[in-house]
Amino acid sequence: MLVNVQVGAPSSGQGRPTTASPPSVVEAHQLSMWYGRTQALFGVTMAVPRHRITALIGPSGCGKSTLLRCINRLNDLIDGVKVAGRLRLADIDVYHPATDVVDLRRRVGMVFQKSNPFPKSVYENVAYGPRILGVTRRAELDAIVERSLRAAALWDEVRDRLHDSALGLSGGQQQRLCIARAIAVEPEVLLMDEPCSALDPVATAKIEDLMTGLKERYTIVIVTHNMQQAARVSDFTGFMWLGELVEFGLTRDLFTTPRDRRTEDYITGRFG
Amino acid sequence: MKGFWRSGDPFVWLTGAALAFALLMVFGLVGLVLVHGLGFFWPRDVARVTLVGGGAVVGEIVEREPIPGPLSPGAPRPFRVKVKQGNRDVVGADFVWIDESRIASVDRPAGLVVVERREWGNAYGTIRDVREGARVVAAGEEAALAALAGRLPAALALAREIRRIERDEVGRINYEQERIRLRLRRLELRGMREGPQVEALRAELAGLQSRYDARVRELDALKARQTGTLTLVIADGRTMAIPLAQIVRVSRPNAVGLAGRAGLYAARVWEFVAGDPREANTEGGVFPAIFGTVMMVMLMSLAVTPFGVLAAFYLREYAHQGPLVSTVRIAVNNLAGVPSIVFGVFGLGFFVYFVGGAIDRAFFPEALPTPTFGTGGILWASLTLALLTVPVVIVATEEGLAAIPRSLREGSLALGATRLETTIRVVLPAVLPSILTGLILAMARAAGEVAPLMLTGVVKLAPALPVDGFPPYVHLERKFMHLGFHIYDVGFQSPNVDAARPMVFATTLLLLGIVLVLNLVAIALRNRLRRKYAASAV
Repeated sequence: MLVNVQVGAPSSGQGRPTTASPPSVVEAHQLSMWYGRTQALFGVTMAVPRHRITALIGPSGCGKSTLLRCINRLNDLIDGVKVAGRLRLADIDVYHPATDVVDLRRRVGMVFQKSNPFPKSVYENVAYGPRILGVTRRAELDAIVERSLRAAALWDEVRDRLHDSALGLSGGQQQRLCIARAIAVEPEVLLMDEPCSALDPVATAKIEDLMTGLKERYTIVIVTHNMQQAARVSDFTGFMWLGELVEFGLTRDLFTTPRDRRTEDYITGRFG
Repeated sequence: MKGFWRSGDPFVWLTGAALAFALLMVFGLVGLVLVHGLGFFWPRDVARVTLVGGGAVVGEIVEREPIPGPLSPGAPRPFRVKVKQGNRDVVGADFVWIDESRIASVDRPAGLVVVERREWGNAYGTIRDVREGARVVAAGEEAALAALAGRLPAALALAREIRRIERDEVGRINYEQERIRLRLRRLELRGMREGPQVEALRAELAGLQSRYDARVRELDALKARQTGTLTLVIADGRTMAIPLAQIVRVSRPNAVGLAGRAGLYAARVWEFVAGDPREANTEGGVFPAIFGTVMMVMLMSLAVTPFGVLAAFYLREYAHQGPLVSTVRIAVNNLAGVPSIVFGVFGLGFFVYFVGGAIDRAFFPEALPTPTFGTGGILWASLTLALLTVPVVIVATEEGLAAIPRSLREGSLALGATRLETTIRVVLPAVLPSILTGLILAMARAAGEVAPLMLTGVVKLAPALPVDGFPPYVHLERKFMHLGFHIYDVGFQSPNVDAARPMVFATTLLLLGIVLVLNLVAIALRNRLRRKYAASAV
C-alpha cells in the first residue's frame, strides 16, 4: 500500500496554511534544558501543528534530538537532566511533577535513528504496545497488528512470516516495523529521530511516502540531517543552532526566504 | 635479521607454542585419566607365577618396574612385578611384589577363576566344588560352573530380598519408631508425661516393635537359606569356602574371548556407575556420590541464579553509577578470588551453626542434642557453594546487561512501558544467554570444589541418599557423598591404597564426564535461547 507522494507541498487543499490555522498539539514556551552543567536548549518556543509534518534541522549537536526527546521525556533516563520553561502536549503539561510519564509516552510514539525491533517475532513487536496497555484478546491483537502493519506499508511483505524473528527483516523493513510498533498504540504524536539515516535511498523513499500518508492521522515531528528530506516531506521546519530554535515556519518559506542569516548560511551549505 | 624480528613472525610462533604447550598438558591429563579410568574395568589375564624353589602366586600382573638401588657393574638392571593376588582374608595382602629373578615361569591356565566378592575383595584360584551346607552338589570345574550359573542368580535374588527387607521395611519401621519417639519427647518437653495421648503413642510404639520382631524373624529365616558355598583351591594349595551370597561375579578371563571380556567390561562399568560402594569405597560403585554431586550442583544453581541475577540487575540497572557502585563491583570480583576453604569456614559458622542451630531450636527441639539442620548437610553445602559462585553469575549477567543496546530499552519505554515492564519483557529475555553463561561457569566451578564441602556436609559414606521414599522425600539436612571428595577419600584416606588407586582414575573420569554433561546441557540451552533472542551480543 503506497500513498501518493506530495513533494514539498502542504497537503490541505485550502491553500497556504498559516502557522496559526491548524491547532497546535505540542507547544514549547521558553524551554531550556541542561545535561548536568552543560546547557543543551536555550529558551525554545514553538508550536507543532496538528496533522502536519514538522521537521527539525540543524548541524550535529544543535539540540534537535534533545528537543525531540523532551516531548516524551526520554531524557529523564539520563542522570542530571534539568528542565526549565513550559512544554505542553495537548492537555498535558509535560514537565509538571504530577504528570504520569508512562501515560505521556503512550500518547507519543517514537521511531529511532537505528531501527530497534525487539528480539521477538514481527507479530510480538507490533503487539508489544497494545499488550502493555492490557489488550489480551487474540482477535483484537490480530486486528491491531494487521492494521498497524498495513498502515506502515509492511503487511504485504511480512504477512507470511509474522511469527519469524523481526531481526531477519531488512533494514528498511525493520524501520517500518518500528513505525508500525509505534502507531499500534494510536499515539497522538509520532516522533522520528533521523529515521532514514541508516537506510539506502530506496528504503528512504518508502519511509518518506509512508510519512506523507501517516500525517492524515498523526502529527509527526521528524529530526533530520538531510535538508532535501526536510524539504520533500515536511510542512513546517524549524532550524536549530547551538541549542536555539533560530527560525520556525512553513517549510516552503524557510527554504526559499529564510529570515535569519544563519538559516540561510546553513541551507545554502555555507556551513554545517 | 632485523627484518625477521620486526616482521612479527617470532611472536606468532611464540603464541602458537604457548597454546600448543597448554593443549599438550590438558590432553595429557585427560588422556592419562581416560587410559587409567577406562582400563580399570577391562578384565585382565590371570597369571600363575611359579617361583624358583617351589611355590606359586596366582593373580593379575598389574605393574613392572626396575628395582631401585645401586647397580652391580655389568649386570642388567633387575626388574620386579606387582601381582594382585587377592584372597585378602586368607593371605593377608591383596598385592605382592615379586623380583623377576625369583620367577621360574609364568603361565595362564584357562581354569583360573576370578571371584568378585562383596567383602574381602577378589578371590583367585581354581574351582573345586559347589556345596549346599556340607553336601557337595557339583564337583569339578565344569559341573561347578554349571551349578553356579543356576544358583548364583537365586542367591543374588535372595540377598536382594534380604537387603530390601532390611532397608525398606525395617527402615520404615525404624523411621516411624523414631517419629513416635520424637513426638513423645515433644509432649514431654511440654510437660506431658502421662495421659491418653502418651498412652496412644506408646501403644503404637509397641505395635511397631512387634512388627519389627516379625521382620527380624523373617530375615533370620531367609538368612538360614543362604547355605550355598563355592570351594576354591588357591595358589598355595589351601582351600577357601566362599558363601554364594557373597559372590558378585565368577569369571574365567583366560578362557573367554574378546566378546566375553567386553561383556564383563560393560557389566563392571555399569556396576561402577549404578552400584553402591563396598569395602571402604575401594570397590563397587559410586552411585551415591554421582547422585550427591548432581543434586548439590542443582540446588546450588537454584540458589545462585536468582540471587546473582537480582544483584546484577540492581548494580547495572538501578544503582546510581558512582564510586560506591564501582567499589561494590570490585569487591564482588575479588570475592571470586577468596580461597574456597574460607567459604567453607564461613558456611560452617554461619549456615551450619548459626542458621542451622536456630532452625533446630525453633523447629526440632525434641531431637536435641542430636542436630537436625545444625550439622553439615546438602542444603548448607549447596548454599556455601552458591555463595562461592555468586560473583561469577553477577559478573556475567552484568556484562550481558551492559551489552544490551540502550535503544532497545528506549524503544520499550517510548511505547509507554514502565521500567519494570521493560526489564521483564525486553531486558530479561535478551540477557538470558548471559545469565546461562554465568551459570555454566558457576556449575563448572561448583562441581569441582571439594574443600568447602568437607566442612559443610560431605561424608565418605552416607547411609542414605538425600532423596528417598520417606516423607518429606527430599531430605535437605542429610549428609551426602560427592565425587570430588570421593577421589580424595579413596586416593588418600584408604586403608588399601593399591586397590583403591584405579578407582581414583575411574572416579575422576566420571567427575569430568558429569561436569561435561552439565555444561553441555547448559550450553545447548543457551544456544537455543541465543537463536531465539538473537539481538544480545554476549
